[in-house]
Amino acid sequence: MSNTATDTGDALVGPAAAPMETRTVRLRNFWWDFRQSRVAVLSLVVIVTLLVLSFGAPLVAPQDPYNIAMLEWLDAFLPPGTVGTGGYVHVLGTDNAGRDMLSAIFFGLRTSFTIALSAGALALTIGVTIGLTSAYFGGRIESLLMRIVDLQLSMPAILLALVMVAVLGQGIMQIIIALVFAQYAYFARTTHGAATVERSKDYIEAARSTPLPTHRVLFRHLLPNVMPPLIVVATVQVASAIALEATLSFLGVGLPLTEPSLGSLISNGFRYIHSDRFWLSIYPGIFLMITVVAINLVGDQVRTVLAPRHGR
Amino acid sequence: MFGYILSRLLQAIVVIFAMSILVFVGVYAIGNPIDVMIDPAATAEIRENLIRQYGLDQPLWRQYLTFLGNVAQGDLGRSMVYNTSVTGLVFSRLPATLELVLVAIGIATLIGIPAGIYAGYRPDSFGAKAIMALSILGFSVPTFWIGMLLIMGFAVQLGWLPSGGRGEVGTFLGIPTSLATSNGWSHVIMPALNLSLFKMGLMIRLTRAGMVEAMQTDYVKFARAQGLPERQIVFQHVLRNISIPVVTIFGLELGSTLAFAVVTESVFNWPGVGKLIIDSILQLDRPVMVTYLILVVILFVIINFTVDIIYARLDPRVRLGGKK
Repeated sequence: MSNTATDTGDALVGPAAAPMETRTVRLRNFWWDFRQSRVAVLSLVVIVTLLVLSFGAPLVAPQDPYNIAMLEWLDAFLPPGTVGTGGYVHVLGTDNAGRDMLSAIFFGLRTSFTIALSAGALALTIGVTIGLTSAYFGGRIESLLMRIVDLQLSMPAILLALVMVAVLGQGIMQIIIALVFAQYAYFARTTHGAATVERSKDYIEAARSTPLPTHRVLFRHLLPNVMPPLIVVATVQVASAIALEATLSFLGVGLPLTEPSLGSLISNGFRYIHSDRFWLSIYPGIFLMITVVAINLVGDQVRTVLAPRHGR
Repeated sequence: MFGYILSRLLQAIVVIFAMSILVFVGVYAIGNPIDVMIDPAATAEIRENLIRQYGLDQPLWRQYLTFLGNVAQGDLGRSMVYNTSVTGLVFSRLPATLELVLVAIGIATLIGIPAGIYAGYRPDSFGAKAIMALSILGFSVPTFWIGMLLIMGFAVQLGWLPSGGRGEVGTFLGIPTSLATSNGWSHVIMPALNLSLFKMGLMIRLTRAGMVEAMQTDYVKFARAQGLPERQIVFQHVLRNISIPVVTIFGLELGSTLAFAVVTESVFNWPGVGKLIIDSILQLDRPVMVTYLILVVILFVIINFTVDIIYARLDPRVRLGGKK
């Protein structure tokens, strides 16, 4: 699409084919608004750091905590700051198996992020599809789908996840499915709400009157315009997925100890809570708390930034 | 109105049946409960007998019908771990959960509402901002982690409170409850506080939002113009107006407090239904899982149904317009 035709093109069929300049400008405006909150910027820095540390864990961490051959029983329960048999300082101490806590936390964080991000992406895809479909077609499909979504929204996520875990059993895949089951409804509801508003606008009417296939109108024209509220929901849901997964693992119905996440690390440390070995459970917990709160703070600021823009 | 109630009632029943099939099929069809119950070294004959005894040789639809028939007679099956009736088991655990939930809601209300009123009355003050920041923490920090910190602080370090379990049970007005003894209170206060934090955050935000909105209305301006003392304006006029949505939403949250009790009960080793369901999942005690899940679904369907009816009663557009 040429630049001169952009204005009329946008008005007719939506900003689906918005040129690069507009997109960059929007992104720059967004960033300018976003960094008005120092807390949010700091949170973003924290999140990026944690992502780098966790996904780079094999390179950054002083030890591979899952390699049993490398663990030394002499190193068990070393308090934070002690030098172990490996000859390096265990900054956050070691656990009952002689695992370096810092390494275990990085690796555990990686598991938590992997699960939460995959569950979030899946829940987003399913929820958006359901929301768009029901808003676009309306009628019986809409009332049936939204009735189910509302019913699920009325139940707490932890309960829905428990139902799925009870049925499916333990493991990374099972947890992801349980989280998707517990969370897709939020995306479906949000998409449906925003799409219902957009549906009645002229550009959708225009796009519908063209011989474009339905899925193209849905995903290329309708979807970009319902993105802003979805971004906010996605941020919050990833945070709650991390918390939910940690909770399930802590309860012992999440990940088995062979694939520890932050939740299973805390759960393991919880057994030693009466013996003054606080570092086994406190440190993974602090990392969990920082992660969840930072994501929520970023989500809060994104919401604030996008809110007035949405009506513009 | 009658037609509306009837159609919602039918919907509710359909949902309960659909969920009971889902839970039943899910829990019963995946994996074989016999493998868990029986010694792997048992002879094929013993195995066969046991399978027949539990009706597991029947096709799934017949098992489900048998299950429904038993449920209709009030028989939800026997726990495979405790070897007692599931109904008895759940109801013996229910009082502990209810008293925990009750105290938690009490704490959330007693702290949440005044804090919300203050935060909404002076939204720009330092105190209000601190309260809001705390409410964000209450929302986002996982319950089990806060529970653990409470145990570390008050039970392990300070030694003021017991770290878990239910205290002595006394009787109050003929009802056996641990709230009748001081030992019972010392056990209940920490888990209840833990369970209340999420609700408290919600309460603060609801009250504050209502408060901020109400303070800008005409009736507050007129009351001020009339020269009424601020205290009377807040407590007599504003509070009365914001209390309806707050109470409504809080009623709705009762169900989710029961669900969240699962986490708190496990952290504090509280012998309620939440602990029971986690134990039954870990021990693959299928009848208990099915019963708990179906009971909770029924509870939520009843809550939704009630809300729908109340809204329809309050707002004619809902019952006349049908589905928008």
